[in-house]
This record gives sequence, structure tokens and C-alpha cells, in this order.
Amino acid sequence: MNGFGSFIASPWGSVLAITGMTLVTFLCRIAGVVVMSRVRITPRIERGLRALPGSIILATILPVVIDNGWPAMVALAVAIMAMAATRIDIVGLMAGLGTLAVIRAFG
Amino acid sequence: MTLMPPALRPHFSYSGLRHGARAALPAFPGFIMFALAFGTAAAQKGLSLGETMGLSAFVYAGASQMVGLEIWQQVWTPATILTIMTVTAVVNARMIMLGATLQPWLKHEPLPRTALNLFLLTEAGWLIGTRYHNEGGRDVGVLLGCALILWLVWLATTFVGFFAGALLPEPKRFGLDLVMPIFFGVMLVPLWKGAKPALPWLVAGLVSLIVHALVPGYLFIIAGALAGVIAGMLIE
Repeated sequence: MNGFGSFIASPWGSVLAITGMTLVTFLCRIAGVVVMSRVRITPRIERGLRALPGSIILATILPVVIDNGWPAMVALAVAIMAMAATRIDIVGLMAGLGTLAVIRAFG
Repeated sequence: MTLMPPALRPHFSYSGLRHGARAALPAFPGFIMFALAFGTAAAQKGLSLGETMGLSAFVYAGASQMVGLEIWQQVWTPATILTIMTVTAVVNARMIMLGATLQPWLKHEPLPRTALNLFLLTEAGWLIGTRYHNEGGRDVGVLLGCALILWLVWLATTFVGFFAGALLPEPKRFGLDLVMPIFFGVMLVPLWKGAKPALPWLVAGLVSLIVHALVPGYLFIIAGALAGVIAGMLIE
């Protein structure tokens, strides 16, 4: 085994793995800003970016909520209604979690 | 917007840091549950405390940390290091889009502060920052304050999970396994501007469901998000 190979096989390999993961993650984190600073933001691009927050939320939660069945769907609906009524995010969150806990306690 | 002074130019203030730290509060439960789960899983997998904290402190991206554990090695080779870097990049590629929306807000910031802000970028912090920005706020301190406090919460609860994870009660009993999805759902409400602007969200949701059914892993998130952005560009 050459020097580099035995270095990677030593406990320093984990340091290298974490460094590598950190590096690619940081590149993902900065890439959007770097690219957009070199692109002229047309109305079309702006429309696309404006759709992102809601899109990323639905793309993240929909499969998870459906996998967890009707209690998760009811809890999510209650959370959204509580948030719409109060506009206080922590109230919406607690309403949703409370609903889920109650359904599971009796289910 | 009577509450917020008209400050439409991006700026930075230390009072913004405090404001951001307070605004981050609703994201705490999700961060705590996820970091506890990660710390617990890392200890069970046999990672050292240094490796576990290193992943949480520097990679600081929950889904990729969890996936990383699945392919973690006792003895590394160049090939396994390349694999874990590739998998991490795929799971975290969605962050490219988060950064893209922040660019107009950050473009006059000094580079080191933007680097720190982006190093600490997470979906939850970004959603809180986006809400603040949509309501007219332009203080970059809010984004950074939110990010800093969430990072500290993440580190502290990774530590607790590493040592005490096995002692904690079953999170499912309290509905805490779904705390992150429910928080995200709550953050959808202030984004709502009527049915038509939400049409891309529907596309995003449908595409993510299809991809989730067909492809294992976390690919459904970026696939759905990309579909939503493209739909937003196409719908006049």
C-alpha cells in the first residue's frame, strides 16, 4: 500500500471523509449565489424562483405525510388551519403535533 | 406593513441577529428531534464523539448526515471517500436552489459574512428568512441570527443524542417524528398568495410523489422542487 492509501486507511480517513462531505456541501450552499450573481434575472427566472419555497415544502412533506397515513394528514391540516387563523408559527406547530399525539394515543 | 419600518435596501444589524434568533424558535423542535436521532444513530453505528460532532458541525445537513452513516466505513479507501462525497453532493444539491433565491438579498454583503451565512444555510432557516423577506424585511442579520442559533441547537442536541439517545422515550408517542414536516407545512401558510401562484407547488408535490414511489433515497425532494420551479417559469 502506498503512503496515501495507508493514510486514508488510518483514523485520518474519517477526517478526510468529513472534510470531503463538508466541501461538497459547502459548494452546494454557495453555488446558487455564485451562479445567480453572473446571470441576468429575467422575469421568467424570477417567477421560477418565486415558486421555489412552496414547491420545496410540498416536495419535502407530501411523500412523508402520505406514508404516515391519515393521522399525519389530519395533523397537517390542523396545523395549517391554526397557522392560517393565528399567523403564529409556533401555535400552528403545537396544534399539529398535539393533534397527532392525541390521535395516536387513542388510535 | 405598519410594524416594519420601510427599509427596502438590504443591510445588516446586530439587533437583526437577535430578531433572527427569536424567529428561529419554531424550528427548534424539528432540529432537536433530528439531531437527537442522528447522535443516537451515530453512536450505535460506532462513530467516535469527534466524528459525530464533526459531521454535525461542518457538514451540518441532516439528511446527508443520516445517509452518510449508512455508508460510513471503519477503514476508508479513496473509492469509499469518493462515494460518500458523491452521495452527499446528490442529497444536498437542492441547496443550490435555496442559495439562488438569496442572491439578490446578499449581493452587497461582505464576502466573509456571506460565506458564513451560506455555510450555515438550512431549509428551515431559509424558510424563516424567506418569510421575513417576503414581509418586507431586508436585514441580513435576521438570516444570520436564525442560522447561528439553529447551528448551536443542532450541535448541542447531537451531543445529547450521542450519549443519551438510548435513554430517550419513543418520539412517535408524542408525534415528534413528524415535527419537521408539520413545521414545513406551517411555513406554507405565509407563502400563500392565492391559487394561481400555488399551481407550481401542486406540480412539485405530484412529481415528488411519483419520484418517491419509483426511486429510493431523497431524490424526490430535488425532483419535485425543480419541477415546481420549471412550472413557475412556464406559467405566465
